[in-house]
Amino acid sequence: MGLNIQEIRNDFPILAEKVYGKPLVYFDNAATTQKPLSVIEAEADVYRRVNSNIHRGVHHLSNVCTEAFEEVRRKVAGFINAGSNEEIIFTKGTTESINLLATSFGEHFFSEGDEVILTEMEHHSNIVPWQLLQKRKGIHIKIAPVTDDGELDMDAFEKLFSGKTKIVSVTHISNVMGTINPVEKIIEKAHSFDVPVIIDGAQAIHHLPVDVKQLDCDFYVFSGHKMYAPTGVGILYGKREWLEKMEPYQGGGEMIDRVSFSGTTFNELPYKFEAGTPNFAGVIALGAALEYLKSKNLNDIWDYEHDLFEYAMEKMKAVPGIRLIGQASDHTSVISFLLGKAHPFDVGTLLDKLGFALRTGHHCAQPLMDRFGIPGTVRASFAFYNTRDEIDRLSEALNRVGTMLG
Amino acid sequence: MTINEKQDEIIEEFSAFDDWMDKYSLLIEMGNELDSFDEVHRKEQNLIEGCQSKVWLHAELNDGKMEFQGDSDAIIVKGIVALLLRVLSGHTPDEILDADLYFIDKIGLKEHLSPTRSNGLVAMIKQIKAYALAFKVKQN
Repeated sequence: MGLNIQEIRNDFPILAEKVYGKPLVYFDNAATTQKPLSVIEAEADVYRRVNSNIHRGVHHLSNVCTEAFEEVRRKVAGFINAGSNEEIIFTKGTTESINLLATSFGEHFFSEGDEVILTEMEHHSNIVPWQLLQKRKGIHIKIAPVTDDGELDMDAFEKLFSGKTKIVSVTHISNVMGTINPVEKIIEKAHSFDVPVIIDGAQAIHHLPVDVKQLDCDFYVFSGHKMYAPTGVGILYGKREWLEKMEPYQGGGEMIDRVSFSGTTFNELPYKFEAGTPNFAGVIALGAALEYLKSKNLNDIWDYEHDLFEYAMEKMKAVPGIRLIGQASDHTSVISFLLGKAHPFDVGTLLDKLGFALRTGHHCAQPLMDRFGIPGTVRASFAFYNTRDEIDRLSEALNRVGTMLG
Repeated sequence: MTINEKQDEIIEEFSAFDDWMDKYSLLIEMGNELDSFDEVHRKEQNLIEGCQSKVWLHAELNDGKMEFQGDSDAIIVKGIVALLLRVLSGHTPDEILDADLYFIDKIGLKEHLSPTRSNGLVAMIKQIKAYALAFKVKQN
């Protein structure tokens, strides 16, 4: 069917902005995506028409707001094909989802000396929560290495399993290189050792269709703000059998059944993990983002972004002095690079002045930077509202910047 | 020349350009022309680590006046380091402590001194002032 890109661009008001008098070229989509008008309106509409604390009141507005909130839980469950709505927990974002798991799963299932397997390409948010657990419980963290092409070394990964392995936590897609990990194989392998798997889907959920049943992952986590929804909303999908065994993460309202000073009983799933008033306005707007994505069809989005990526790779390779970091055969629309001997900060600063929004630095993945022996990269990450024309402009800009910094 | 006279001179030099790229070209040129950093001073205690780029700063007091050496791994940051050293080197600790560095804002580079910029420059200016204070205390 194909996508009408001009029509899509018109749905995102921010794309018409100018920076330093130049048209904005937004290539920082792996950090956060822009929001379509329908999402912006959906959040504003909550405050305009139905704002009321959910799951509490007997009054009309509270009921309407609660129903809208729970409707999104059903939509999310459908979007990733979860077994039931109760397996969808709303959090603040991917980071909180992983912290919840490292705490609630970690406290319950880990003993001193037990092991978690991560990879060298994890975002800090899938490293540090495990290091905190390491401090609390004396667990071991084992790291699966990355090849020179930026792919996961599967042979080395398989050798990390032992009788003490309690969980594997791995990113679906690298936020630095766009590498798509073979998560099906990872999950199959882990399950052959009876080890559950967490998939960090922050970089995947808006690029390709995700089916948690087909993947058979035990947990899948992602953020709303990277999938065209508001910031401050995240998802933790977990298989019911695991979630039921885990202790609550935070205490407060909503997550309780009955509270007394002699002891408190906890609410059922999913509320057991949703202490306090959630970001219901953000969740309701996430529903609008899901509708938007569905209306565009994720397969069409994938085809378009992939084509854009291939075009960009061709253009980038022609830039004198360019060094691409990570060239995995399976990847999404993320390109990390260095320009000659120039520091990424310099490249990013000059590109900024030419109207380009890119990310520079270590991308919260310092172990991966260490792996490649570099201080950081410049990262261009594309979304379905980006165009070939914008990539042409980037390649011209890079030639100019390269000359200046040469 | 006083600190403010030097600042005004820099503002004058940059006023010739209204295009960002021209301003940055000049800054890069200044970074390239900065006196080379004496390798004996490239040690941990002289390193100011920003989230993205690093700055090295060495200070000494000669005849009551402060002399600085600086460096950065990013050339734009190095250009700004060059400007700061040009303005502040050769002045007394008191003059440096009292200095109001308005030229950065006037030449349009204020963003680089925002604490969120994580390039080490904010920490560098704090460090320069801390050195000035330390030398002043020592002198007295």
